[in-house]
Amino acid sequence: MSKANLLDRRQVVSALLADRKDVVAIGGLGASTNDMCAAGDHARNFYLWGGMGGAAMIGLGLALAQPKLPVLVITGDGEMLMGMGSLATIGLQMPPNLSIAVLDNEAYGETGGQTSHTSAAADLVGIAKSCGIADSQAVTTMAEVEAFAKAVHDVSAGPRFANVKIDSASLERILPSRDGTYILNRIRGDLGFQPI
Amino acid sequence: MHARADAADTAPNWPDDIFATLQRFDVRQVPYVPDAGHSRLIQCVLDSSTMRGIPLTTEEEGVALLAGAWAGGQRGVLLMQSSGVGNCINMLSLIPILRFPFLTLVTMRGEWGEFNPWQVPMGSTTQGVFELSGVKVLRASNAAEVPAVLEAAAAQAYNALTPTAVLLSQRLIGAKVFTK
Repeated sequence: MSKANLLDRRQVVSALLADRKDVVAIGGLGASTNDMCAAGDHARNFYLWGGMGGAAMIGLGLALAQPKLPVLVITGDGEMLMGMGSLATIGLQMPPNLSIAVLDNEAYGETGGQTSHTSAAADLVGIAKSCGIADSQAVTTMAEVEAFAKAVHDVSAGPRFANVKIDSASLERILPSRDGTYILNRIRGDLGFQPI
Repeated sequence: MHARADAADTAPNWPDDIFATLQRFDVRQVPYVPDAGHSRLIQCVLDSSTMRGIPLTTEEEGVALLAGAWAGGQRGVLLMQSSGVGNCINMLSLIPILRFPFLTLVTMRGEWGEFNPWQVPMGSTTQGVFELSGVKVLRASNAAEVPAVLEAAAAQAYNALTPTAVLLSQRLIGAKVFTK
């Protein structure tokens, strides 16, 4: 059961994207991508339905290609754990316009709620920090979420990382498009790129 | 250690040919896991003002990176050795799903005069893994054919969105030999 002091994932993602302006947002495989859709479909939403462990790297590729655009990766603890090495890769590149928010419910919610490594051992904030992402923080309040959402727009001071402790409640699924080509080309179109 | 290659002990020029082709195709992001066979090309990339070399901790990171790069309007190429191809398998599923240009240059181990048996299983399945994953495979076995193979690979990857891997054969690179 969810603990009283943990944040609601939908409220967190809504706050992260409330005043998004030109942000490109990448939603990691799992509930995070649904949360992004629940906050409102958007041409700059990169919904992932697969490629587990790849969300942060997609964010890095985008951030390097578009250094003036704020790029925000929103993913879960299980997805981030699978791509843990990418934090070291990002720590080496130091893209100032990349932000990563992990929704950490300490469980694999999509597969039956099995506990993840963050429940007892793995400290993702410590990992991000020790990979060179100095601006890495543990987030436990909505005020901190809102401050992080504001910081995302500063494309000169990243990369930044936030691990947000959320409750493990299973919510109604709000499903975004599953058509990857549509999703990707919609982003490209919104950024002004023509089809090949 | 010495190399068992066809060529003499002079520095090979084929990495420069590859670099020139990548430049011509406006490749901007070059994720890589280092390999001795790629060392000269990696150095060219790191010295370049238009390309960004991006060291990875594991090869699958590079597949995801190239998807993001394309979303942001840039082309990339993934450099790895054959043992890294297996690390990519699930992430290769992004390519047909998202339809972004995918080109990878793979230095081969586990073939032509290989001394290390541990390289042989993955080296033997590299081409099959790509083909099962929907990636077309081209091969360069000697320095003379590198420019034409690279040109064809880059053209079909970037112009026709045909996912393509170029296998740079161990015969071209020279087999590592640590034994006497």
